[in-house]
Amino acid sequence: MNITEKILARASGKTTVSPDDVIFAKVDKVMVHDVSGPGVMKVFDKLQKQGIDTSKLHDSSKVWIAEDHFVPSAEKVSAENIVKLSNFSKKYDIKKHFKYGMGQYGICHTLSHEEALVNPGEVYVGGDSHTNTTGALGAFACGLGHTDVAYVLLNGEIWFKVPETYYFKLDGKLPPHVMAKDFILKIIGDIGNDGGAYNTMQFGGTGIDEMSIESRLTLANMTTEAGAKNGIIESDEKTVQYLKERGATNASIFCGDADANYSKIFEYDASELEPTVAKPFSPDNITIARELSSTELDKSYIGSCTGAKYEDLLAAAKILKGKKVKIRTEVLPAAISIYKRAIKDGLIEIFLDAGATVGPPTCGACCGAHMGVLAKDEICVSTTNRNFPGRMGHVESQTYLASPQVAAASAVTGKITDPRDLN
Amino acid sequence: MIGNVIKYEQDNIDTDVIIPGTYLKIHDYNELATHAMEGLDPDFPSKVKDGDFIVAGKNFGCGSSREHAPIALSTCGIKAVIATSFARIFYRNSVDGAFLLPIEIDDETYQKISNSDQLEINIENNQIKNITKNETYSMKPFSEIIAKIISAGGIFKYKK
Ligand code: SF4
Repeated sequence: MNITEKILARASGKTTVSPDDVIFAKVDKVMVHDVSGPGVMKVFDKLQKQGIDTSKLHDSSKVWIAEDHFVPSAEKVSAENIVKLSNFSKKYDIKKHFKYGMGQYGICHTLSHEEALVNPGEVYVGGDSHTNTTGALGAFACGLGHTDVAYVLLNGEIWFKVPETYYFKLDGKLPPHVMAKDFILKIIGDIGNDGGAYNTMQFGGTGIDEMSIESRLTLANMTTEAGAKNGIIESDEKTVQYLKERGATNASIFCGDADANYSKIFEYDASELEPTVAKPFSPDNITIARELSSTELDKSYIGSCTGAKYEDLLAAAKILKGKKVKIRTEVLPAAISIYKRAIKDGLIEIFLDAGATVGPPTCGACCGAHMGVLAKDEICVSTTNRNFPGRMGHVESQTYLASPQVAAASAVTGKITDPRDLN
Repeated sequence: MIGNVIKYEQDNIDTDVIIPGTYLKIHDYNELATHAMEGLDPDFPSKVKDGDFIVAGKNFGCGSSREHAPIALSTCGIKAVIATSFARIFYRNSVDGAFLLPIEIDDETYQKISNSDQLEINIENNQIKNITKNETYSMKPFSEIIAKIISAGGIFKYKK
């Protein structure tokens, strides 16, 4: 069995599973945030009316809560949702609630790794489509809607159809100025935005061995944009070390069998990858950054669970050091722990000296909700993961998805810029 | 189940156009319904009738896990979305939450169905009858688990 099959077999108490088997998997960790949390509460209200007991969770120690999409609250409804979320964690005795304005908080998928909330080999579900991100740690990590998350919270398990696995093999080391984001954009361009639908996208090969955990997280994060059920990378010493540094006590290596089956294998040579951009209005609408060098921009956005981890900020800061931005540039570290490290290492000063604005961790503009949304006809280069119509603001705004290096280089020139071409 | 078609000749109708991100803070179903399909067709809430079906191309509902998407459509009165394929979270939210039926058809059937056609969906024999055109099509049968959850009326009523 491959790693996904092994995890699902263990979680469903079976010795083996195969693609298309329907199983009920015991869930090890569950996440809700300030959108899915109130959504789950709404489901609980409906269940109560039907006479279903919602007074106790199956195991509140497995649950954690993030405040990310609508913090800081821009208006009353969002503010009330945060209050509801606090009441929820109090009522059900959920200890891990990362609150805005109270120490460590940030984007849910960023906290999952920054706080070592998920271990290799675990089944982790979250009320957010990019829950796939955390599969980079060697877990089965999958996004679900409110009803399903409510079911997990009350029953501790949920059904899955065992997915087929597509294996993406990367050989060699990424060239200078090419990032994991460029690789995953290239993949989505190749297979299309439903090219991984209902399946697992697994990454491996020497190129993945070489990669930092944060780069691997970028890959798994955007498997959602190909429609995948989960993205996954077998854990190694690096994974265990990364989690231990963040307080994990029982993280250990979890891998598939050597004779595991994959329904398709895609091979990539790292040396052939280039800075890549997804044009509006789909993450699979890709081209190389150089093709777009005449595209004028209004804004550069360096934020989100995809593109505002420490390594992303570091890559952007290296480009912005000693330069000035020509367009509105916003940098939002994805969690307070990353923000602190970026201050300590001088990155925030580099951003501010370059003229960029630095904001608090939030999903705000990534999902077009608040904190800097785009006006009609505005064009943005962004380190986020989606560029559907209206995703980052007005339905007639445009978003180009790119790596932190491309977003930073473009901030300097005001046009989409390959970092290799920046003087 | 009989209803009229609202057809969008488009692939990849994503959750950001079905219910834009700015409304994710809203959890009142009736209020969500007033913004359904806002990113693609702002007139949708005023023209949709109770019992209507949406017909669209491939990868319907791609993007976010927001259950607001099937909720907004079903609260408007949509009973089924008929598409050549679905994104997985939209599909499972529709079924597990018992909001609407996600029905898969082939390309040929998709071409044959026109806007405003009256259809009768019969999930017992996997058939769609086009009453307006007097034609009959087949739909892709639901997998066993999906069929069971649908007939139970959602994941919470389904008994393992
Ligand atoms: S940063 Fe964007 S993609 Fe990530 S969880 Fe928030 S809204 Fe979703």
